[in-house]
Amino acid sequence: MAISNAKTGLLAGALAISMVGVGFAAVPLYRLFCQVTGFGGTTMRVDAAQAATVSATDKSIVIRFDANHRGDLPWEFKPERPTDTVSIGAKDMSIFLAKNLSGEAVTGTATFNVTPELAGKYFNKIQCFCFTEQTLKPGEQIRMPVLYYVDPKIMTDPETKDIEEITLSYTFYPVEKPNTVDPQANGS
Amino acid sequence: MTTIAATGTDLHAHDHHDADHKPGFFARWFMSTNHKDIGTLYLIFAICAGIIGGAISGLMRLELAAPGIQYLQGWASMMAGKEASLDEAYHMWNVLITAHGLIMVFFMVMPAIIGGFGNWFVPLMIGAPDMAFPRMNNVSFWLTVVAFIMLLGSSFVPGGTGLGAGTGGTVYAPLSTSGSVGPAGDMAIFSLHLAGAASILGAINFITTIFNMRAPGMTLHKMPLFVWSVLVTAFLLLLALPVLAAAITMLLVDRNFGGAFFDAAAGGDPVLYQHLFWFFGHPEVYIMILPGFGIISQIVATFSRKPVFGYLGMAYAMVAIGVVGFVVWAHHMFTTGMSVDMKMYFTAATMVIAVPTGIKIFSWIATMWGGSVSFKTPMVWAMGFIFMFTVGGVTGVVLANGGLDDNLHDTYYVVAHFHYVLSLGAVFSLFAGFYYWFGKMSGRHLNEFLGHLHFWVFFIGVNVLFFPMHFLGNSGMPRRYPDYPEAFAYWNGVASTGYAIMAVGILIFFVNVIWSLLAGRRAEDNYWGEGATTLEWTLTSPPPYHQFETLPVIK
Repeated sequence: MAISNAKTGLLAGALAISMVGVGFAAVPLYRLFCQVTGFGGTTMRVDAAQAATVSATDKSIVIRFDANHRGDLPWEFKPERPTDTVSIGAKDMSIFLAKNLSGEAVTGTATFNVTPELAGKYFNKIQCFCFTEQTLKPGEQIRMPVLYYVDPKIMTDPETKDIEEITLSYTFYPVEKPNTVDPQANGS
Repeated sequence: MTTIAATGTDLHAHDHHDADHKPGFFARWFMSTNHKDIGTLYLIFAICAGIIGGAISGLMRLELAAPGIQYLQGWASMMAGKEASLDEAYHMWNVLITAHGLIMVFFMVMPAIIGGFGNWFVPLMIGAPDMAFPRMNNVSFWLTVVAFIMLLGSSFVPGGTGLGAGTGGTVYAPLSTSGSVGPAGDMAIFSLHLAGAASILGAINFITTIFNMRAPGMTLHKMPLFVWSVLVTAFLLLLALPVLAAAITMLLVDRNFGGAFFDAAAGGDPVLYQHLFWFFGHPEVYIMILPGFGIISQIVATFSRKPVFGYLGMAYAMVAIGVVGFVVWAHHMFTTGMSVDMKMYFTAATMVIAVPTGIKIFSWIATMWGGSVSFKTPMVWAMGFIFMFTVGGVTGVVLANGGLDDNLHDTYYVVAHFHYVLSLGAVFSLFAGFYYWFGKMSGRHLNEFLGHLHFWVFFIGVNVLFFPMHFLGNSGMPRRYPDYPEAFAYWNGVASTGYAIMAVGILIFFVNVIWSLLAGRRAEDNYWGEGATTLEWTLTSPPPYHQFETLPVIK
């Protein structure tokens, strides 16, 4: 016997354990994959300096806004205007309105994507309320801005050059705060 | 395939006298390290699980026999010991479909085909005295038993809307996380952990046995195709099951420890679970069918009295199916919102699998062609397998189309498809193997007439049961509901009748097994004659407790 049973068995076992590792590694890799490729309509995030290098073109595109919230979040959430027509490459600010209808302070956070999903990698956000959690006091209403532009490269990509309308969608979820436990009582 | 004949024809006579001491009953069956005894235990276990899983599908067909909710609420009340609400009845339905799926996959097909026939015949066919790690083999079996008890136990504890885990066999988040509060879900998930661990240990055992313990002269390219099929299956298990383990561990974290792997509200993604699940789930379907391919190859060659046509092509077709099977998973997820390019890739890659599968079907037919075919019970089952698996394969190619699947996803068409490849594919290969090897395992012949009768009744039953589901699916009847509109009543009634016919077939099978065990004719060493050329036929029936203490030499 050239190789002992123990050695073959251990090698096979190591293969199985490494596959557990691959399974867990899929979580960050999946996130990274979506962020890099705009997969599933994941939008891109850019800083102001990068945004300054892009200039407006004379072709325009319609941006449609969609606002949802999960049933157990006692908010009213809607875009100020349902659509905007913007020049591709031009920066645009749009406003979403959120109102806390309940009698206590509620924190929410939003997920987002765009459709058509292929437009995700050309939809650049410079500033967005969705980057952070939002806390609304009882009855409070806030205006939340999104600063974005559509990358002119969308016009040269054969997959996306015919897109005339992009829908930007948000869904707000309640954030379950762990502050029911007194931080002092936790010790160190 | 090279004809394999052991030199030294008096091997078993030699073994018989000095090495056939068996331990006492408890030590033999509860602390077993003997591959044949463990194989027997697996087969008995799989039959018990099959009866339970089959009975559950009987309940489902009874409820689905006519539109409206007839029995479900009564059953739910019975389980809960109090009047159950309609929602609890619907939950009961989810529990039934979940249990049926998990039991049939993890506790019937896999234990029977890998644990049962694999344990019994892989060592015999390669001329090994036992498995490489006999004690680990024992651990695998008893882990499977504990896993099964865990899953059955979950039906008696709260699982959200009612008793039991109603997550669906795929355990998709968020139904399996925020949608199923209570210990039942955790028990079902932990049961999968245990069954998975058992299978991984089994896979390690098979790989080591096949790589290191072949008899002198038994090169990889001389191994019987059943051994090839188990080898490929073991690798699939090793690569796929740990990913399921990771995914369902994340489910447990999400359920119990405030995790958010699959919770969109906290930045997770439920679709990620589907990716992980199907990265396991697609290879899993080949795990269930490849050993069946191996069994069918042995049987077709035996009863055609010819070596199998295109041996190497057959072996590497299985390798190809295994490899490509890892890169097609998202064809289960066409409706989760994929780009056209992604759908194109997964459609094309999936269809590629039809090529090695076609090679196998072709080679079986070519083996029979010009052969001296005798229609003994195992051969009839094998031919039934080839016909019915091909039907399931064709609907598989239909479903592989991303565009069509938008329409057919989660309809009864899908149910028809995977029951044709499993209930009429894997299960037919199990019965074929059982009729082929029963005499070798027990030392008694099964009754040929009852075997044929079982085949025809079962064959008609399952076709009447599953073929109408194609029509239902094409008309848009969705899966996983206990009720349906009047329009679907006719074919659902037919399907339920088919279930009853199939159940009669199973009854004939049990009569045959019990009668044969008690009063069957004694089986000779090689009762199938010159077509049966693999090493197990050089031994007595049943083989000695310890075989091949002098290793056979393969020419």
